Amino acid sequence: MIELRGVSKRWREFSIKNINLEVKKGEYFVILGPTGAGKTLLLELIAGFHFPDEGKILIDGRDMTFSPPEERNIGFIYQDYMLFPHLTVERNIAFGLRARQRGRFKRERRERREEIARKVKEVLRMLGIEHLAKRRPATLSGGEQQKVAIARALAIEPRILLLDEPLSALDMRTREQLREDLRRLNREKGITMVHVTHDQTEAAMLADRIAVMMRGRIVQIGTPREIFSRPVSAEIAEFVGVENIFSGVVVRNKGGLAEIKIASAGLAGSAGLAGSAGSAAFSGSETIFAVSKHGEGTAVNVFVRPEDIILAKSIQDFGGSSSARNVIRCEIERITSVGSGLVRVRMRNGLVALVTAHAVEELRLREGDEVLAIFKASAAHTIKT
Amino acid sequence: MLSEEVLSVFAVLALRRLKREKIFILSLFLGIFLITFVCIALGNMFYTQARDISALIEAAKDINVLEAIWISISAASTATLIAFIFGTPLAYFLARKEFFGKSVIEGIVDVPLMIPHIVAGIALYAVFMRYGVLGAPLQRLGLAFQDAFAGIVVAMLFVSFPFFVDAAKEGFKQVDPRFENVARSLGASQLRTFFEVSFPLASPSIISGAIMCWGRAISEFSAVLVLASFPRSAPVLIYERFTSYGLKAAMPVAVLLISICLLIFVLLRLLGTKAGSSKK
Repeated sequence: MIELRGVSKRWREFSIKNINLEVKKGEYFVILGPTGAGKTLLLELIAGFHFPDEGKILIDGRDMTFSPPEERNIGFIYQDYMLFPHLTVERNIAFGLRARQRGRFKRERRERREEIARKVKEVLRMLGIEHLAKRRPATLSGGEQQKVAIARALAIEPRILLLDEPLSALDMRTREQLREDLRRLNREKGITMVHVTHDQTEAAMLADRIAVMMRGRIVQIGTPREIFSRPVSAEIAEFVGVENIFSGVVVRNKGGLAEIKIASAGLAGSAGLAGSAGSAAFSGSETIFAVSKHGEGTAVNVFVRPEDIILAKSIQDFGGSSSARNVIRCEIERITSVGSGLVRVRMRNGLVALVTAHAVEELRLREGDEVLAIFKASAAHTIKT
Repeated sequence: MLSEEVLSVFAVLALRRLKREKIFILSLFLGIFLITFVCIALGNMFYTQARDISALIEAAKDINVLEAIWISISAASTATLIAFIFGTPLAYFLARKEFFGKSVIEGIVDVPLMIPHIVAGIALYAVFMRYGVLGAPLQRLGLAFQDAFAGIVVAMLFVSFPFFVDAAKEGFKQVDPRFENVARSLGASQLRTFFEVSFPLASPSIISGAIMCWGRAISEFSAVLVLASFPRSAPVLIYERFTSYGLKAAMPVAVLLISICLLIFVLLRLLGTKAGSSKK
């Protein structure tokens, strides 16, 4: 549906280089990256607000690289809504419809007006905001404004919807609700969505596929699962919030199962993020088993997602021996609630586990307790440093 | 005794209030000089004239005076209209586009503000006089500037259009380009986007700029005097009366002109703010 070939652009302080990606029809495609990575610029290039310095942009197979925005039939939603302040909600939504008006004769014009009014009503109903029709944007809440912005874009029946951090300015509850609305629009109406965000949870929940963008380049494209459990670089891993990162050396690799001696917590050669507080306890003594192709002697970074770690009070509690290759004894340093019934348990040795509050209560876990952190070798992902 | 206590309580509260508002007291104290400046100049004139109402009424009935005032108003309005038609696109261009030499263009726009009005008048005279570079060919086509209404308009336009362009430019700058992006993405052409989004959103500044432009135009004297002292605009008439007959003859016309101008100015401002606020 959308294809970018070798697209590069420099604009003000932003630059993007050699972007190659393809968005399939009906897909929910998320571009994930930190602020300043050039995500908005990329989106605006697809919309036609800028023209690339190099490369081609194809939409539905047609070369639209230099087509003006009004010919692309692409809806655009900004983070700040950008509702026309001098028009009511109705007129905002009707704007695109009126722009395509062609009637020259009185009767044609009247019919067109009625058709526009009908379409506006339909789109208001689709988003449940009929009651806002006559209001002015300044009197609406953030969530309401964003809904109107979406309605306005949908009114022109676009094949593609581009969203630039559409949920970032909203409070949590509105964000959740709108997330559902966006997913529903994608699934039910089959509109291809390209959604830009810096929030990895948002990306994980909405995306069919994610493109990670950093410093103006696309560094990885894949399904959420691929991105979050198999980031291809330490930098990506750090950004997508994999918290258990350790550096070490492969001491043995038997049939794809690598035994890695951990040198320290954190990324090799970087300041490291997780585990910096408890690195001392882990260094030099621990071993992690990972499913990996790296051979003996390779220096690697090892990642384990907090969600993949199981906690148990003793190996007997866990049911004797299990298939999990990694059973690490550690001491709980801190327990913090992170909402949605989940709890983050941080160990003295730097490991972080994400478990349900229910489990913490049942196991009666307290700060200072000794527990076993258990995870499979397949949950430990390695990257050569 | 009771009133003394009450007074002292008020004094204490007042002093406390003064302490909190120190910077505003200081600002008012200094600023009041400028306010007084204007009030004294105008107030004195109105007061003096009030003591000789008959002269004022005479002036109001004088056909020459009325004609002069009408010429001033219509010329200023024409000049403002021209500034609006040509200045709006210029302002939009300068607000949106960056290019090599932009500050030079912006400097040129502001030049009329910097040069003495009489100098402007002489420069315009040299171009638009009967034998001037533009004046001659245009005269042959039937449009005269020297000592003609068109000349008054040209002189007024020259000195007042920068007010409009600067204000309109700021107005357009304040319109977030993302509004225009969204409008285009919805299918609106560049032209439609300009008329339905950019212009309406910039209109408060544009209206304000037009009012300033009009005010500046109608008050122009030296440039008009040089290029087209005939037909007489109101300031030119006042000047002639002042030099020929003295203060007593000039004052009534001056008062009349000021009163009318102030009235129009206030009216335009009220209409302007109403138009601006209804858009919000």
